[in-house]
Amino acid sequence: MTSEHTVTVENERIRDHLPALEIRGLVKQFGEKVAVDNLDLTVPSGSFYGLVGPNGAGKTTTLSMATGLLRPDAGQVSIHGVDVWTNLVAAKRLVGNLSDGVRLFDRLTGLQLVTYAGLLSGMTREVVAERANDLLQLLDLETAAGTLVIDYSAGMTKKIALACALVHAPRLLVLDEPFESVDPVSAANIRDILDGFVNSGGTVIVSSHVMDMVQRMCDHVAVIAQGRVLASGTTDEVRGDSTLEDRFVELVGGRRTGEGPAWLRLS
Amino acid sequence: MVATLVRLRFLLLANSLKRSPWQLIAVVIGGLYGLGILISAVAGLFVLSFAEIELARTVTVLAGAAVTLGWTLLPVLTSGIDQTVEPARLATFPIPLNTLLLSLAISGVLGVPGLVTLVAALATAGTWWRYPVAALVAVVCAAIGVLTCVIGSRMLVALTARISSGRRAREAKGILVVIPALLLGPIILGLTQVLSDVSDLLPRIAHLVSWSPFGAIWAVPADVASGDLGRAAWEFLIGIATLVVFVLVWRWGLALALETPSRSTLVKAGTRGLGLFTVFPGTPAGAVAARALTYWIRDPRYTQSLITVPLVPVLIFFYAGSNGNLAPLNAVAPIVAVLLSMSIYTDVSYDNTAFALHLQTGVSGRADRIGRVIALAIFAVPICFALAIASVWITNAWEILPGLLGIIAGVLLTGFAVSSLISGRFVFMVPAPGESPFKSKPGGGVSLMLSTFASWSVLGILTLPELVLAIVGFASGNIALGWLSLLVGIVLGSGFLIIGVRIGGAILDRRGPDLLAQLQKQK
Repeated sequence: MTSEHTVTVENERIRDHLPALEIRGLVKQFGEKVAVDNLDLTVPSGSFYGLVGPNGAGKTTTLSMATGLLRPDAGQVSIHGVDVWTNLVAAKRLVGNLSDGVRLFDRLTGLQLVTYAGLLSGMTREVVAERANDLLQLLDLETAAGTLVIDYSAGMTKKIALACALVHAPRLLVLDEPFESVDPVSAANIRDILDGFVNSGGTVIVSSHVMDMVQRMCDHVAVIAQGRVLASGTTDEVRGDSTLEDRFVELVGGRRTGEGPAWLRLS
Repeated sequence: MVATLVRLRFLLLANSLKRSPWQLIAVVIGGLYGLGILISAVAGLFVLSFAEIELARTVTVLAGAAVTLGWTLLPVLTSGIDQTVEPARLATFPIPLNTLLLSLAISGVLGVPGLVTLVAALATAGTWWRYPVAALVAVVCAAIGVLTCVIGSRMLVALTARISSGRRAREAKGILVVIPALLLGPIILGLTQVLSDVSDLLPRIAHLVSWSPFGAIWAVPADVASGDLGRAAWEFLIGIATLVVFVLVWRWGLALALETPSRSTLVKAGTRGLGLFTVFPGTPAGAVAARALTYWIRDPRYTQSLITVPLVPVLIFFYAGSNGNLAPLNAVAPIVAVLLSMSIYTDVSYDNTAFALHLQTGVSGRADRIGRVIALAIFAVPICFALAIASVWITNAWEILPGLLGIIAGVLLTGFAVSSLISGRFVFMVPAPGESPFKSKPGGGVSLMLSTFASWSVLGILTLPELVLAIVGFASGNIALGWLSLLVGIVLGSGFLIIGVRIGGAILDRRGPDLLAQLQKQK
């Protein structure tokens, strides 16, 4: 029992030196379409990592496979050295996940939903109760704690999903489009929370379409298109002398020049 | 513009049919059904021309009023009118309100129900062919009557869309409809009884109805035929006034709907606190049970299975008990046990992609299975046992109670086991969260029926030992066999339940991500 305990503590220490997320040769095919094409990605521990890419680039698919929600066709994923697909439960303990495009148990109230997520993670009721209240306060959801999630606005739903991802105090946060339809004030609050999380040693991965925000917020960034990483590294390395948005368009392509058809111009 | 909108209606219908052959089959069946009704209606109306004016009048007025009333009220109850061209979707286009009104009215008439009603209404001219003037009047009145039908349905939908746009109202309505639908048999039995009692009153009723907004227009040709022109004129005026009022109200409702298309629900703070989560133990399995039981209370898709519980005894009482033989009532508890214990075999499918939370948190498959079974068992076990005791008390057959309890215990425990196995392995096409519980996805009906049949067969085979013991006991009057059945039911059922939860949990642990991928596909 004692020896087992020391091993765990040592493991925890070792894990912090390993990358928070390491992806090697990840492949996923949906029928004929290759969604993720032999993708490699390393997210250093303690980084605030931005994942950007056009629609259908494979961001959501990659993140789902990285967090144990979607089985890859090939490739390895490890979180702080724990191989995800051979130690699913151990890996999931380390990750907090906000998935884009999955439903919530929306006939629970906000407070019930966060409590449910906490209890499923195996925490005690007392700890869950304390954390759930803290999180609702932090995310300005206190007044809506007793409202069914189905009656929430889109932004509130995003925030309650974030609370569910945070409740078990993960070491790595994987957030798919966390700022979509969130109002500016709440978005700023969420950013503060994430900054604090990174400063205390945690790792955050966000996927987003908003280049401006990724450039300001993230210290690392990877540009993904057609299931591959086109560029990755620190934000300054990737963007070079230009803005991240210009660099992104340059890498991904597809920009059209011109002002549209003549009939659409009023003068 | 009118032609464009009418064409849009058919284009939308054609495109949705192209997507799902099942819906095409449904439309064809609906069309054949309509044709059958139509032919018999037209034939009946012609035959009526050989009857006395009084009888013809009674039939046309009552039938016309019933059709008009049905058109107006039915869509509100079922929310099932063909709203292929939904006014709210057209709100962004610059279409004058009156043009929109006209287009929606025309596309309303040009559906299967609209055309059937129109042809049947025009056939009333056949009833009066012996009185040419009345026949001519009948054609005009038929057109007005059908327009009143179609516009009446749109009007009430436009109005109630504002009242019952909230989620709760919509869900309550969806549930309420099923009760009359299931009780249709008894209701028809009762109605025919009442009607045959008052058949000599019918002409008087028709007389009254012909002064009402729904019946007036249908009475005009009869009064023209019998020469009572003054009365006919008044009835015609009432009919026209009804149509005008309907159009005006509809126009008003439609204008409102276009101005405020967003039907937002008021966000009210409901219950504070954790509800059932404080009742169950603070473990993963306890949390799953609390969540599942909350859903049994709050989700209409689950409420639908609960509603059948009180309806089973009612139906059995009506069909079997009405001739004085109460013995079939003893079957109520086992039937309810089958229905309830198998009701969670689509549980993960009902979760839809919200099931992702179970995967994210890494909850064990076994805790997931146990929680779902506990939530169901908490009310299913007491309900079934209470029903069993109540039924033997009513039928005064206490000697069959041990055997009956044996069957119930076996069915419940084994049913939980079978459900736990199936719901951890297969995804079914069920209504998504928030959809009407009665909405069936294209093709979903057939696959769900097959899987229900398969799983019920498995349940039947696994519970065979206690079933045979109990039934032999009933037949021979040997009470000891009943007690033995109870023992076998509990022991065997518990064994199956342990196996079902273990294997179901192991399958879930292994195949969770694949299950989620399937759920995502059907989203």
